[in-house]
Amino acid sequence: MSPWRMTGRRWAIGAAAVAGAVLALAVAARAQQLVADLSSHLIAITTGFTGTEVVLFGSTDGPGDVAVVVTGPRTTATVRRKSRVAGIWVNRDKVVFDQVPSFYVVATNRPLEQFVRAPVLERHQIGLTHLRMESKEPPTAGELSDYRAALIRTKQRAGLYGITLGQVTFLGARLFRTNIYFPATVPTGLYNVEVFLIRDGDVVTAQTTPLVVSKVGFSAEVFEFARSQPFSYGLAAVVGAVAAGWLAGAVFRRV
Amino acid sequence: MQVYLPIAEMSVNALVVLALGALVGFLSGLFGVGGGFLMTPLLIFLGVSPSVAVGTQANQLIAASVSGVLAHWRRGSVDVKMGIVMMLGGLVGTTLGVWIFGRLQRLGQIDMAISLTYVLVLGVIGSLMLVESVKALIRRRSPQATRGKLHHHIWLHGLPLKMRFQKSKLYISALLPAGIGAVGGVLVAIMGIGGGFLLVPAMIYLLNMPVALVAGTSLFQIIFTTAVTTLLQAATNQTVDVMLALLLLVGGVVGAQFGTRAGAQIRGEYARTLLALIVVSVAGRLAWDLVAQPADLFSVITGIPG
Repeated sequence: MSPWRMTGRRWAIGAAAVAGAVLALAVAARAQQLVADLSSHLIAITTGFTGTEVVLFGSTDGPGDVAVVVTGPRTTATVRRKSRVAGIWVNRDKVVFDQVPSFYVVATNRPLEQFVRAPVLERHQIGLTHLRMESKEPPTAGELSDYRAALIRTKQRAGLYGITLGQVTFLGARLFRTNIYFPATVPTGLYNVEVFLIRDGDVVTAQTTPLVVSKVGFSAEVFEFARSQPFSYGLAAVVGAVAAGWLAGAVFRRV
Repeated sequence: MQVYLPIAEMSVNALVVLALGALVGFLSGLFGVGGGFLMTPLLIFLGVSPSVAVGTQANQLIAASVSGVLAHWRRGSVDVKMGIVMMLGGLVGTTLGVWIFGRLQRLGQIDMAISLTYVLVLGVIGSLMLVESVKALIRRRSPQATRGKLHHHIWLHGLPLKMRFQKSKLYISALLPAGIGAVGGVLVAIMGIGGGFLLVPAMIYLLNMPVALVAGTSLFQIIFTTAVTTLLQAATNQTVDVMLALLLLVGGVVGAQFGTRAGAQIRGEYARTLLALIVVSVAGRLAWDLVAQPADLFSVITGIPG
């Protein structure tokens, strides 16, 4: 439960520094209504990567509600629906969605509907129901909403979309923090962490912090090699396998 | 011990994959087949996407076939000339297979195609094997049955390009082994299997090759078809995960050694009946998955438009 212990002293110092800076600014001019930062701006996918947690912390200049939206890089997604053809289930109809976030979670300090109106959520794309995912052509069969729901359901099963709202915790009246969990299957790319300060049902201010998810070390090199020089990669895979087979044959001959 | 697979883009327990490799390796050593037909469905069950499972299997099979051929080579039970002719056909087959694979992947039908091919090939071969081995068990006679040969006899003999295979003591059309190799090549590319359990009976019943030479020769040509498949899958479809292949082959090589030893203890007919039962039940399971209503009718592919 303790993010303090997990991220260690550097985080503590950083948080203290940020908090101190916020307080100073707030006292001086009230220019900064909202300041937030992450415990880390890089998620490194190493060979032993099993998922990780990033702490978002920040401060407001007074009472208000906070919503945090984490959005992964947007890509195209093809949703296919199976139907029965000659007794077997085959992919028949499809809908292509553009601008689908590869990752999407929302965290708030209390249920959204208690402090913000739907049009505001719509405008800022807060919450899965307000997420904009465009489709160029209507489905050849069935309702578009079914395909959309299936897309969200699949992402939720993979742990990439939040099933429930995350919890933003206020420490006192102004300091807040939340833990964002990223599973082992987290897609790589540039993420946006948006923090909204909401008062009287409207967004007062917002801040966007970037977060990079990247493969590093051996797995990154393998991936990079496979993508940039696929033929050499294949050749290396073949040579490696032949050597391994030869070695195994030679070793077990003596045993 | 969790290991991140860079191409499959997922984290798996290395010990589970090693154990899986060892189990399949044991069975393949026991029955003298590649075991790919068991490994691909198991990998898919673990959550590896079917296309990565098939591409990676091909890579793993190279190592398994190399170590297998080494043992046969020492015993002198490899007909190199026959193997090369089959390999030439195999190259055509794999190229075709990888192309079909890529097309189906883009059409979104690859998962269904893999399952369907499995059901058809395993179902037919498994049933034939089961019938044949049960008959052999009942008769307690040598498994050298004569079924499935006569109706091919006439037109197969009419084929051109006759070639002499000294080692196998055969004088047959080169198109015949090349054709068998080509079918095997397509299977490597689409199913991620070596195709041994299809090649071996074809070589025995269609080519009338000496049984002692069949296993070594089929393994010999599987090295080449799997190598070409790995190369093409990596280059065109980018579905070869070397990390996964490494784990599988370490487990597989160790398992195969124990399997081969266990295989020496068990009677041929029993081993083949057991294998036939496994093949038929894998086919049955996959057939059920195709026919039964899926839990979710929808499936999602990210990144690839169209």
